[in-house]
Amino acid sequence: MTQPALLSVIELKRYFDVGRGDQLKAVDGISFDIYKGETFGLVGESGCGKSTAGRTILGLYNKTDGEVLYDGQSVHDMTSKERRHFLKRMQMIFQDPYASLNPRSTVYEIITEPMQIHGLYKTKKEMRNRVNELLEDVGLSGDHANRYPHEFSGGQRQRIGIARSLALDPEFIIADEPISALDVSVQAQVVKLLQRLQREKGLTYLFIAHDLSMVKYISDRIGVMYLGHMVELTTSAQLYEKPLHPYTEALLSAIPIPDPDIEELRERILLQGELPSPINPPSGCVFRTRCPYAMQVCAELKPKWLEKESGHFVACHLHDEKVMARNDTIVVPELSQ
Amino acid sequence: MNEHQFDNANALVCNRNEDLDRQKGKNRKTVSTEKVLTVEELHVSFKTFGGEVQALRGVSFELYKGETLAIVGESGCGKSVTANTIMGLIPQPPGRIKNGKVLFKGKDLTKLSKAGLRKIQGVDISMIFQDPMTALNPTLQIGEQLTEGYRTHHKVSKANAREKAIEMLELVGIPNPEERLKQYPHQFSGGMRQRIVIAIALICEPELLIADEPTTALDVTIQAQILELFNEIQEKTGVSIILITHDLGVVAKIADRIAVMYAGKVIEIGEKREIFYTPQHPYTKGLLNSVPRLDLKEEELQPIEGTPPDLFAPPVGCPFTARCPFAMDVCDRVYPETTHLTKNHAVNCWLQDERAKLVFT
Ligand SMILES: Nc1ncnc2c1ncn2[C@@H]1O[C@H](COP(=O)(O)OP(=O)(O)OP(=O)(O)O)[C@@H](O)[C@H]1O
Ligand SMILES: Nc1ncnc2c1ncn2[C@@H]1O[C@H](COP(=O)(O)OP(=O)(O)OP(=O)(O)O)[C@@H](O)[C@H]1O
Ligand code: SF4
Ligand SMILES: [Mg+2]
Ligand SMILES: [Mg+2]
Repeated sequence: MTQPALLSVIELKRYFDVGRGDQLKAVDGISFDIYKGETFGLVGESGCGKSTAGRTILGLYNKTDGEVLYDGQSVHDMTSKERRHFLKRMQMIFQDPYASLNPRSTVYEIITEPMQIHGLYKTKKEMRNRVNELLEDVGLSGDHANRYPHEFSGGQRQRIGIARSLALDPEFIIADEPISALDVSVQAQVVKLLQRLQREKGLTYLFIAHDLSMVKYISDRIGVMYLGHMVELTTSAQLYEKPLHPYTEALLSAIPIPDPDIEELRERILLQGELPSPINPPSGCVFRTRCPYAMQVCAELKPKWLEKESGHFVACHLHDEKVMARNDTIVVPELSQ
Repeated sequence: MNEHQFDNANALVCNRNEDLDRQKGKNRKTVSTEKVLTVEELHVSFKTFGGEVQALRGVSFELYKGETLAIVGESGCGKSVTANTIMGLIPQPPGRIKNGKVLFKGKDLTKLSKAGLRKIQGVDISMIFQDPMTALNPTLQIGEQLTEGYRTHHKVSKANAREKAIEMLELVGIPNPEERLKQYPHQFSGGMRQRIVIAIALICEPELLIADEPTTALDVTIQAQILELFNEIQEKTGVSIILITHDLGVVAKIADRIAVMYAGKVIEIGEKREIFYTPQHPYTKGLLNSVPRLDLKEEELQPIEGTPPDLFAPPVGCPFTARCPFAMDVCDRVYPETTHLTKNHAVNCWLQDERAKLVFT
């Protein structure tokens, strides 16, 4: 892509102090760009740092190190006026449509809250018209404005959450597991809604989820995270067809495909063990304790973030010719543990 | 437009790789015809402030020895209530079993006394839940939790029970079982805890295991381990499994038969391949078309518009009418009879009626 990135995340780190001088490395040096109008998917298992990354990008969390540039400007280095303006341009949708809406507010109040904070509309009538417009945009109607969240189904509540996030006419939306709490049939409704809004309004999405099938469906490019690190990044088609990182390979093979004939014949890479603690991550490659190909060097050296093909990045020694050519690299898989 | 959607559903069927077609059946296991459980016309309701929730409105199915029956369907359709009724776990009140039978070893479980149920729960029938922590006591060593039920039911010595516990931990793939027996639940990860829960559920060698969303709270790589474990255990012990899940991928992997529930009824039931490749109910088709496929390119998702009906006042006719692209006048008024398509495949839908064919040609 030749256009400049709308969002650049550069070596971003976010650690949490967890007492006794220990630090939890929730996000530990991730880098990626997001271009205008695209959907970038961020996947990985529970606790790998997806939400922390999203929140740090929006500036809800301070960064520990690195840089987040939105339209060339550092998100963590803004005056309060700049920040207010930035928050009009970037919005977030959350996973839980139940918890993220105030149960005591009407839909009207929920949607107009951000408009009032930003003093957007002068008259009640303008505001009311805007709310009607937003509700229709998300497949609800103006009649719903005076009702309370509990009167709606999960899918409808997520639509209300989306309407609110659109209230300020943002360009960029971070959607953190926006469909995970919804029923299968309703997930498809909400995903189609997000796609339509993207087409109509030219939105850019950072779509965070652990369901790789849905992420692949909605995303142009996907970044795979493991234990605070980005291990692979490429287009969604390429990720499925030619995964390079052993973790991506295992993740893909672990996802059951809803087709019995295919499912019963699939070879599965069963990963041993479970996720190590981000307080005390493994040395070298963070995946090495579960990697079926782990070598001696994996414990000693942190893999470089390499662009193997145009736009296809991976962090794994198996794909680093320099490391593999070193005569002290023992290539025989040392079966972990 | 309507026919198109049918075509699409069929396209899904035809898109399958020809090679796979030839290998089809290779991995199929033969399921015994011996019935373990018969559920007949279950009606279960709950009294709430808003009125009476008719959670189950006539649920019937059978379970054969050594098979896995998956129950799928949207949130609130009655999957857990079905499981809990079989297990004798419906709180009464607010719940009430208004009608129907659960026949297990010649007994109707809905008629058993508390003491009678306790002889069966955890011994002949075991259940595991989504969140392993709800099943584990945080203050007891897992060794005690494993052997507790076993000792009361088998009247064996402590040493024998310990041996059995170690054997079970090995079966579910927990390394160093001797040392692990002395640990507490918080010392295990989520996936390990679910393994322990499975070990507890299986220690008395039940004939029936009911698993209500057993992997929903787990990561996919851990889910894959647990599903593999279910398969192994079933092969070794011959236990029959009722698996409740919303993940059609999981169903494709481990079910033998599938019951599709909607608004308190089983609207279609059949062998796994019948449900996946020749689904008949528009809801089943809709469900299959609304999940993206990792292995296919850019197919359009077709969501089912709308939401399930309110179970306070469920429709008298087919509960899917309001969302069904093929709904006819009759659908709203009369509940469709069961049509038996093959030995195991049955569906409740007016489209099966001869007269419906006239409407759609
Ligand atoms: N405020 C916090 N204080 C301390 N630790 C935190 C905090 N927020 C997150 N963490 C830890 O950081 C790590 C990453 O968490 P995060 O919520 O970003 O993961 P995630 O990828 O979004 O997971 P999930 O899929 O479960 O939502 C986890 O180990 C988590 O426990
Ligand atoms: N104790 C209860 N009191 C009142 N209503 C109940 C109770 N238990 C279940 N219900 C109702 O019965 C219906 C069926 O619920 P059930 O838990 O069986 O759904 P489910 O299919 O398991 O859904 P999910 O996929 O969300 O677990 C729902 O409408 C639910 O609200
Ligand atoms: S760097 Fe080593 S341990 Fe890490 S994924 Fe590659 S082979 Fe496996
Ligand atoms: Mg998260
Ligand atoms: Mg349930």
